[in-house]
Amino acid sequence: MDMEWMAWTTPTAVFFLCIALMLAGMTVWEVVSPTVEAKGFLPMRTTRGDRLFIGLLGSAFIHLGWLAATDLSLWGAFAVSLVWIALVIRFG
Amino acid sequence: MDKVQDNRAWFLIIPVFLIVAFSAVVPLMTVVNYSVQEIFGPGQTFFVGTEWFEAVLKDDRLHDALVRQIIYSLAVLLIEIPLGILIALGMPGGRSAKTSLTLVLLALPLLIPFNVVGTIWQIFGRGDIGLLGATFRAIGIDYNYTNNSAHAWITVLVMDVWHWTSLVALLCYAGLQSIPPAFYQAAKIDGASKWAVFRYIQLPKMRGVLIIAVLLRFMDSFMIYTEPFVLTGGGPGNSTTFLSQYLTQMAVGQFDIGKAAAFSIVYFLIVLLFSFIFYTIITRTGEGEKK
Repeated sequence: MDMEWMAWTTPTAVFFLCIALMLAGMTVWEVVSPTVEAKGFLPMRTTRGDRLFIGLLGSAFIHLGWLAATDLSLWGAFAVSLVWIALVIRFG
Repeated sequence: MDKVQDNRAWFLIIPVFLIVAFSAVVPLMTVVNYSVQEIFGPGQTFFVGTEWFEAVLKDDRLHDALVRQIIYSLAVLLIEIPLGILIALGMPGGRSAKTSLTLVLLALPLLIPFNVVGTIWQIFGRGDIGLLGATFRAIGIDYNYTNNSAHAWITVLVMDVWHWTSLVALLCYAGLQSIPPAFYQAAKIDGASKWAVFRYIQLPKMRGVLIIAVLLRFMDSFMIYTEPFVLTGGGPGNSTTFLSQYLTQMAVGQFDIGKAAAFSIVYFLIVLLFSFIFYTIITRTGEGEKK
């Protein structure tokens, strides 16, 4: 099948692969140990999936904010995002 | 009897999964792919990294359109939600010809295609042949939505209120009709005021439909395109150019596919963020009521 119209590049393929792996990982985690709603520093009770969503959405905005505000390498935003996701998943 | 573990039902969701994949997931993935490339034509693409995102985020016209869009959506919510609730509260209940007639009348604006709504208001607002424009002129108001930004804004806003308040009213009406009469009887015995009945019975019972109404109206108004495009074309100047229209100018008018794709992703993330915030606030308010 000709997939040229989708204009795939290696970075976008890696990006989607990471998302797919994350979702697969979360599914396995859910089967092994079902999530319970918990209250952390976020203002509402959240499940593990909620926290991943908030973590990813926050990461997207961290990257956009980084691009808008600085000329530094985007790896900096990536590092900040990893810390943010870890914090939300663990303490959110 | 022991429950039999049977996961065959999962196969039944495969058609839905495929439809969503082809209609939503794959197009979204394509937009992400386009957003990091300069596209000259089929097969002529060049990877540019985050260049388009930087251009979009530093684009002053986009900032202006975003501010305009947020103000517009908030205005729509502030007018349509209370007005919809008021209309629903004033609607006749039970099964009668009056109820049916009210429901049909309320549903009418929702049945009109978006571009027709724009055209109706375009003619309605004209000073020479439109009833609204001519009325304003007759009472001495120099109303002209084609060259006055404030008039254009008010017209676009009133048009949206005219088109969509019915939806909020019908949803609220459905919520009100689901309240068992026993609640009202108990309130009557307690001597509750009309305000108390609204605050402690009707409003909490409408919470579910209000969540849907707020989210639908927010997302729709945040993505509005056709009506203002037909009515004002985004003008005068850029005063009614909202995000969708600016995006279309970029993608179709200038054929800046890469930049438009980056813009689409930023736009999508903003809609997602606002919807999530609204949803969380409304559901949390409900949790407070239950405690």
